[in-house]
Amino acid sequence: MNYEILKSDSDKRWAELTNGSIPWIRISDAMCCGSSLGSDEIIDNIIKYSAENKIEINISRVGCHGICYAGTIIDVLFNGNPRIFWGYINPENVIETINSYIQNGEILKDNLLGSYGDELIKGVPDFTELPGIKYQKRIALKNSGNIAFDDIFQYIANDGFSGLNKALHSMKSDEVINEVKNSGLRGRGGAAFPTGVKWSFMANSKGKKYILCNCEEGDPGAFNDKGILESDPFTLIEGMIIAGYATGSTNGFVFIRHGHEGPIVRTEQAIKQAYNNGLLGENILGSGFSFDIEVSLTGDSYVAGEETALMESIEGKSSKPRSRPPFPAAYGVWGKPSTINNVKSLSYVAEIIRNGSDWFKSTGTESSSGTAIVCLSGNIANPGMYEVEMGISLGDVIEKLGGGIPDGRKLKMLQTGGPLGGVLGSDSLKVKIDFDEMAKAGAILGSGGIIVVDDRTCAVDLTKSLVAFCQYESCGKCFPCRLGMTHLLEIVEKISRGEGQIEDLSLMNKIGKNMQAGSLCGHGQLGYNPISSALKHFQNDFEKCMSGNCPTGSCQERKIVFPINTRPNAWQVKVGT
Amino acid sequence: MLEKYTDDYILNIIENQHYKTRTMLSSLLTVQDDIGYLPKNSINVVADFMNVSTNDVWGVASFYLNFRFDPPGKYNVEICWGPTCHIGGASELQHTALEKLNLVNQGDTEDGKVSLKFNTCLGACPQAPLISVNHKLHGKMDVKKFSKILDKLN
Repeated sequence: MNYEILKSDSDKRWAELTNGSIPWIRISDAMCCGSSLGSDEIIDNIIKYSAENKIEINISRVGCHGICYAGTIIDVLFNGNPRIFWGYINPENVIETINSYIQNGEILKDNLLGSYGDELIKGVPDFTELPGIKYQKRIALKNSGNIAFDDIFQYIANDGFSGLNKALHSMKSDEVINEVKNSGLRGRGGAAFPTGVKWSFMANSKGKKYILCNCEEGDPGAFNDKGILESDPFTLIEGMIIAGYATGSTNGFVFIRHGHEGPIVRTEQAIKQAYNNGLLGENILGSGFSFDIEVSLTGDSYVAGEETALMESIEGKSSKPRSRPPFPAAYGVWGKPSTINNVKSLSYVAEIIRNGSDWFKSTGTESSSGTAIVCLSGNIANPGMYEVEMGISLGDVIEKLGGGIPDGRKLKMLQTGGPLGGVLGSDSLKVKIDFDEMAKAGAILGSGGIIVVDDRTCAVDLTKSLVAFCQYESCGKCFPCRLGMTHLLEIVEKISRGEGQIEDLSLMNKIGKNMQAGSLCGHGQLGYNPISSALKHFQNDFEKCMSGNCPTGSCQERKIVFPINTRPNAWQVKVGT
Repeated sequence: MLEKYTDDYILNIIENQHYKTRTMLSSLLTVQDDIGYLPKNSINVVADFMNVSTNDVWGVASFYLNFRFDPPGKYNVEICWGPTCHIGGASELQHTALEKLNLVNQGDTEDGKVSLKFNTCLGACPQAPLISVNHKLHGKMDVKKFSKILDKLN
């Protein structure tokens, strides 16, 4: 297949879709803004309305705009007007909203978010002036919310696969690696290792090689990997093929947790469409390069997101980490050289190749180029998935994008980078979103999750929940983590009950140090982080709880029921009978 | 006890599995997706199919927390207890469910109708606290709404 033919074909379809003669309704349908709020019924109602009234309507299911709080969001492009956006749409109010506009040209003020286009309509606010949109800078998510996640032609019409075409036809593989190196792109999964350098480790080995894309994403508070796959899986696939070409790989796996149907189904659909159009398989775009991608599912296991555990899981075994060395670039999945990248890291690649590394470097900070995709949740007015330029302060993210803390409460803690990340205090608002700045402040940017916690929560209570998570999810392979996490949870729980003693703090420190030194993977090595960072800012809370005076009372109010194993019969079955 | 699902039935499922790369894990996921749990004999069938020992397959099946070894209830209720849902009040939801379903921890109700599970993250944190019923998410949950949902399960 020839790229130019694909492109002109797609452009033609896009022009028909956007010329305004038939209303084009786009409905945001990711997990947060769509399916958890009834998007399927909304779509059914629109289809029914269109059939009953004999009105032709084009409907596309698109991805996330980032402003999850306003879900479900629809917009209509019609009659030469700009796109008109409404939020808080549900199966009940959708028909009135679109009917008034399509039939009578009346723009309902209820739930109106704004309009977006070259010429705005008088009396309708500018959609891009919404704080949740205005302060975003979208690179990886540039298509999200704008194109259908299940139509490859819409993706191609918006410059999709032009980065791949450029790489395959005008760049050697080491030029692609150098371009990514030069862009300063660092891994968005947690460790922030330079992506181009990682690729170069594998470039010289021969034979079967793998690109593994990690979308395990078990971090509570992070949903951006799943968000990308639900909103625009083609961007990820294009990035993976480019990574495959750069490293001389033959196969790719997209690794997703079983049960997350949205990301799974949409990625599989996108892969199929890519095969059908000669963008995957043998001789991609006539370049002679061949590459295959499939989806691999894992069971419920947080540690499966660790790189060597992930390889064990792809091989179909229990997801327990391997010892290193040998490193994945030499001995990866099935013993073959493998490179593991996070979904977000790979989603920048196509844009970097298309626009050049200097373009990418011009965004962000010296040490962290580009953007960060942060997930705001917790006690925040406008939770959402926002792509922001690196270098923006945590305060701006909380206040401008998140709309501050609701209910007249005060900010107390920020929990960033997943449960193993760290806790920051309210004095951290000046800290910039940047890998090194965040690390200096005692937390990590990690996968971009930021849980905002107000002054109703005791630091011990939050820590208990984080430690309980880490204990529950320890894979059990190495004892410093298996026993250490359990011991830490016992102590934190004791403190939370009001029965702790001051010596417990030094004991926890000792356990934490041993875990750091003796654990096989990051889960155990970083397992003490939630406690140490909480102690740094909120030792007072711990001491108060020890004397039975929880500063907020939340330790007493929220009694977590720690889950026990759900498999009572597993060990009663006689093996082999 | 006679197995309801014969070896041939299970072999047929895993031979026709959707996954291109066939492993112990992909075969077990396929069986559970089809039947709802892993019947006793499925472990042996997967072992034969993959040419590995029964022990190996047990190892995988008992490691991942999503596998069950007895039929699930008609309703799968999951409550997220991850940190975001925790500060949103997930523990109250846990206690509500335990009280209404007469359970002491996650597990199946006595009549076998409801399987209750505590999940570490259901993945839609902006809508916290979250629960799901038969994999359909319900966000911004509170005790009142959740009680109503639980009352309707029968």
